[in-house]
Amino acid sequence: MIIQAFAFYLFAALLVASGVMVISARNPVHSVLFLILAFFNAAGLFVLMGAEFIAMILVIVYVGAVAVLFLFVVMMLNINFTELRQGFLQYLPIGGLIGLVLLAELALIVGTWVVAPESSMKLASPAPPIERITNTHAIGNVLYTDYIYLFQAAGVVLLIAMIGAIVLTHRGREGVRRQRISQQISRTREQSVELKKVEPGSGI
Amino acid sequence: MLEIGLSHYLTVGAIMFTLGIFGIFLNRKNVIIILMSVELILLSVNINLVAFSTHLYDLVGQVFALLVLAIAAAEAAIGLAIIVVYFRNRGTIAVEDINMMKG
Repeated sequence: MIIQAFAFYLFAALLVASGVMVISARNPVHSVLFLILAFFNAAGLFVLMGAEFIAMILVIVYVGAVAVLFLFVVMMLNINFTELRQGFLQYLPIGGLIGLVLLAELALIVGTWVVAPESSMKLASPAPPIERITNTHAIGNVLYTDYIYLFQAAGVVLLIAMIGAIVLTHRGREGVRRQRISQQISRTREQSVELKKVEPGSGI
Repeated sequence: MLEIGLSHYLTVGAIMFTLGIFGIFLNRKNVIIILMSVELILLSVNINLVAFSTHLYDLVGQVFALLVLAIAAAEAAIGLAIIVVYFRNRGTIAVEDINMMKG
């Protein structure tokens, strides 16, 4: 029990600290690296809760794909980041005020809320006991049967996002010579070869 | 205090959500940091979903967290593509310069 509490407080403190660093780091590359740290700690929290499949997917998707994408864009664009940081202190009071109000509201909600006692009767898809079937297996049983349409819709959304990103960033460059095979094989002899009658001693 | 329950995880989720909102206000000029703040908000939502799911022994929360993850990945890809195109056209990504479509 004490190890679980220690692990929770470690992961939670690191998560919150790296979240603070994400929004306040001077260099956006550091922001992305702290974002990766935050995702790792969130994955640790998920493992602690007993949702190990989501934890591993979080590491793979966020750290392996999204954070690397952010890093790639930050490093690829040559942006003057010091210029973008002007007005940082100007927005600090209003942002802090709104953040405090939001945090107070959320604290009120978390402090006063209770689980309804009959909620255990109304589960949509109850999790089987962990001794009988693992978390990943149980999620697969539910995801590919009851929620197959949502799963397919998520796939379609990802496909559309991929096509959209390619269409947005693709540009047809001028002056690039590409091989056009149909043009190459449809050349005739008359287009390509010209016979010249060269007089001796005069040149062409 | 040593017994880690549902409300501990909900507190962490609430703090992360507030940090995300705060980050949007704090970095009003930098679109990339704003996108990262949106990712933090989505992460806090995922923490909430998974916490409720494991506490109530209901798997739907984890399925929903998976879908949120997929949508977040799609959103990051599209957002960064828009940033790249915008930077190519204008040479800057400052938010207050994005007013060309204003009537």
